[in-house]
Order: sequence, then C-alpha cells, then structure tokens
Amino acid sequence: MFQDRYTLAFKLYPYAKSADQDADTPVRHPVVVVGGGPIGLATALDLGRQGIPVVLLDDHEGVGVGSRAICFSKRTLEIADRYGCGAPMLDKGVVWNVGKVFHDDRQVYDFNLLPEDGHRNPAFINLQQPYFERFLFEQIVAEQENGAPIDIRGKNRVDAMTDQGDHVTLNITTPDGPYTITADWLIACDGASSPLRAMMGLDFDGRVFQDSFLIADIRMTSKSFPTERWFWFEPWFKSGASTLLHKQPDDVWRIDFQIGWDVDRKEELKEDNIRARIDAMLGDDVEYDIVWSSIYTFQCRRMKEFRHGRVIFAGDAAHQVSPFGARGANSGMQDVDNLGWKLGLVLNGTAPETLLDSYHEERSYGADENILNSTRSTDFITPKSKISHIFRNAVLDLAEHHAFARPIVNSGRLSLPCTYDGLSLNGADDLTGGPARTRPGSPCPDAPLGDGFLLDHLGNDFVLLAINADVPAQITEDGIPIRRVALATPEDATGALAERYLGTATAAVYLIRPDQHVVARWDGFDETAVRRALRTACGKD
Amino acid sequence: MAELNLSPNLTEPDEFYAALIESHTGLTEEESMAQNARLILLLANHIGDCDTLKQAITLARAQADEGS
Repeated sequence: MFQDRYTLAFKLYPYAKSADQDADTPVRHPVVVVGGGPIGLATALDLGRQGIPVVLLDDHEGVGVGSRAICFSKRTLEIADRYGCGAPMLDKGVVWNVGKVFHDDRQVYDFNLLPEDGHRNPAFINLQQPYFERFLFEQIVAEQENGAPIDIRGKNRVDAMTDQGDHVTLNITTPDGPYTITADWLIACDGASSPLRAMMGLDFDGRVFQDSFLIADIRMTSKSFPTERWFWFEPWFKSGASTLLHKQPDDVWRIDFQIGWDVDRKEELKEDNIRARIDAMLGDDVEYDIVWSSIYTFQCRRMKEFRHGRVIFAGDAAHQVSPFGARGANSGMQDVDNLGWKLGLVLNGTAPETLLDSYHEERSYGADENILNSTRSTDFITPKSKISHIFRNAVLDLAEHHAFARPIVNSGRLSLPCTYDGLSLNGADDLTGGPARTRPGSPCPDAPLGDGFLLDHLGNDFVLLAINADVPAQITEDGIPIRRVALATPEDATGALAERYLGTATAAVYLIRPDQHVVARWDGFDETAVRRALRTACGKD
Repeated sequence: MAELNLSPNLTEPDEFYAALIESHTGLTEEESMAQNARLILLLANHIGDCDTLKQAITLARAQADEGS
C-alpha cells in the first residue's frame, strides 16, 4: 500500500511514528506543508526560522534522483543566504558566464552574462537539484538544533483533504496505517501534478507544447568542453531539433535533446539509443557514463488563484513553465520568499488575513512574467509553422554576421526576480533622482559593505535603510517593528551603494520588506510617511 | 510613440521596387521566403521603435483579414 514513485538520491527523513498517530482526536497544527521538494523544504525553513510550528508531510523519505532543475539564479542564492544555506550551494555549484549559440555546424555568436561587480552571488550556478534540496534540509536540521519547531514526516502521504473554512482536515497514510490531523493553514508544494489541486478540483489551464525533450546526464572527464552553456539550433549531428549542453558539479554534463512529439518513450530511453545520440554529438572516442536520463514534455500554465481560503499553492503546484530560462525552481523560491513573512505576520496576529491575497497578486504577476518569457523562448526554439521556422532561421543567419540580430536570438531568457510594479503593497516613490532599479516593488540589489554585503543586513523583518540620513533606531507601528540600517557614503568604498540606491540624490530613506523588496523610498525621514507605508505593505489600508 | 509614416516617403520608388523584385531572381519559393524574412528583420532593426513596427504589422495583417 506504500509504493515509492521514485528512487532516492539522499534518504534524509526516514519514517518515524509521530505521537499524532496515536492521538484520540486529530491534533491541530498552525501550518502544514505538503511536499518535500525544494519549495516545501524552503517553506518549512522560512516559517520555522520565524518560530512558527510547521509540519511538513512528504510521501517519500528524502530527495529523488535526477539533476532536474540545475540552474539556480542569484536571487535564489540570496534567498538561501537569508536562510543561512547559500554558502554551501555556491561552494558546490558550478559558476558559468559564457554561452555559445550554434546553428547547424556554425557558431552564431557567444555571449557573456558579464555579471555586475559588487554582489555576493554570481548570476547563476549550476547544481543538481538533489544537492540544492539537501543543503536546504541540512539547514532545517541546524535550525531544529537551535529550537526551530520544524517537524518533517517522511512516508506521510495525504490521501484526502477537507476544507473546513477556518482550517483543513488531512487524512494521511503511513506505513503504520492512516491518521488524521487538522491545520489552520495548508501550503501545497506538491509539484506540477499537485494531488491537492486535483482533490480540490481546481483549474490549471495553459498551453501544452507538443514536443519532447530527452535529458541525459553524463559523467566524463573530458577537458574539451569548457564550463559554458552551449546551445545548438538544428545541430549538424542530428541528435535533436535543438540540443543544450551544460556543466554540472562532479564532472557531470547535462545534455537536452529536443526529440519531437510522437516518440516511443521506452524505446528512446534505452541506453543504446541514448548513446547513439550522444556519440553523434561528442564523437565515438569520448568515454562517458550515463548518470541519469529522462524524457519530459512541458506546459506553460498557472492556477487562476494561488490562494483558496486556508489553502495556499506554491511552486510548480501553482504554476508551470517551460525549462528555457530556469524559471521553475527559481520562481518557486520567490514564492516562498514572498509567502513566508506574510504568513508569519498573519499567524502572530499583527496583519490581517487579507495580506495573504497579496501573495497571489504578486506571485501570479511573477508567474505571468515567467510564462510570457518562457513561452516566447519555446516558440523561438521550436517553431510551430513554416513561416515561423523561416523567420527563426533568418534571425540565426543574420546573427552570425550582424550584431543587431543577436538580441532576437532566444535560447532562453534567464530568470530575473520580479519587480512588483504598481501592485497593492507598494508605497511612495519620493526619492528625487532615485535609480529605476530600486523603485518600489523591486528586489534590493546587493552592494559591497565593509567585509560583507548589503543584503546581509536586510531581510527577515522590516528595515528602514537610511543612507546619509538620520532615522530612529526602531519604530513600531501597530505591533510591527522596523529595524534601522544606517549607512553613510564613507562606508561605500566602491560607490555601488550610491549607484544602486541614491542615483543623483545625496541621501535616501528606504522601507524594505522582510523579503528584501522595496516598499517605498524618500529623500529624507518622515515618520508619518514611513508608518503609512508600513501599513500599506502589511495590507492594513 | 512614433506614428507610422503612410505618406509617400521613398526617394526612388521605381528604383526600390525593381531592386526588391530583382533580389528574388533565381530563388526557389522557400529561398524567397527566407530572403523576405531577412529583409524584414533588417528593416525592422532600422526602424527600431516597437510601437511603429506594431502599427505596420497590424496594418499589413488587416488587409489579409479583409481579403479573406
């Protein structure tokens, strides 16, 4: 009755019987998270670090095999830094900046992400998803040792959910049989095929792309492929209509072959057939082991509403994109970043429940942006008509000779964090000459500060960032404290802080959310304006 | 937003038209489509402004829809 759906890369949380299973009446929990993928783990970590008791239910006992989401963005690493586990990710991950684009046997052009100086984290790292999850889990263990009330239950499968209005009832199956718990809030992080979404009969509409991609992870010690992202349109070696080669840690390379819609999955996944494609690409004399292989198809779609009363959907359960652009796991991490503090304030009674509607408002806005970008990439990579194919190849032909066409080449627009322009929680933009990149709604860009970085000082609670301005050490508005971070030009040795936060202004005051997004900014300190902005940011006006 | 110029603007209309047709000489239908695609991309970059380009795209498409 308890069948594993996949094999594990790391067994992290073996089944152990919980006292809840012997309780006479169902035990009530403030928050239950369903799903132990990266988004579920990060949600449990975010809430647990705030001291909120959280139970995570997963139907396995650890992380599944397969590199899956391999590209993790700077914003994801910044979020992980806030949780205390960014460093091991960066340490293990492969940093890359150069990409090359080929058409047939010709290099069309190459690009360098040219990451801006003065950030703790690079634009991207490549890291197998199981490592990413393991580092999150190890941080959960570290937080548990510090008293964080996080309870992870392996081999606990939710078989039924009943919405009771102000709470939910969960029927759970374990190796020791069934039991029931209740929860004030349920966070569904149970993946693209979300069983909870299905149980609730909720929509998940969007566009299906009629194409399949064969992934092969191979281990080779060859030095002939540098640490770069190589993308072929219509490669000469004919192993797919497009092919992507990308480096991962442990001498492993990810290869994605676009193999068409009508494929015999079983046949294509036979080792001999995978090797035939790889050999055509690498040549017969390159030795390698196949570490993992899989065939995937994809869709671009999202739920109409991410919040349904006491049930909140996050990550792939709420939205799904094509893999081009690394917008899946990275956008899920932004969901967690966005939801954590809001749920924290609602649970401790300092913000109204309606604050959680802004989670849907902001993250569905982000999802739409991601779907738009990844749909456009997909349409470029896999043209759907003869004329779109002709235009695509015309772009590639021109790009080889003329710089003007290169910005049109779209082999994936890489994930950037969303700026919540014009949404309800934003306050005033009253900083004359302030840079556009730090306008209200923006994620705070990093900047060097002494031996560390600006973002080390932001996040977890509301911050009043004062640059060359006097502000009080602490302000408390209606139960919510605002912490001061006061900086002055002499501390900005590189000038990056001024460039990113002052623009042409000489002083600035920023109100910054616990997820490091800008609420509002001003030329100087005005207590009434700060208090008003905080109320707006907490959904109180 | 730049208004799409629908007044006569070609310095040498006959010269331009002849060159346009001449550029397709000896091409198969497929090659002609590719030639047109490259030409459109080159001209679009020269115009640059997306709003202007979208006006032209909409106007061109409207005639196809009327004709059908």
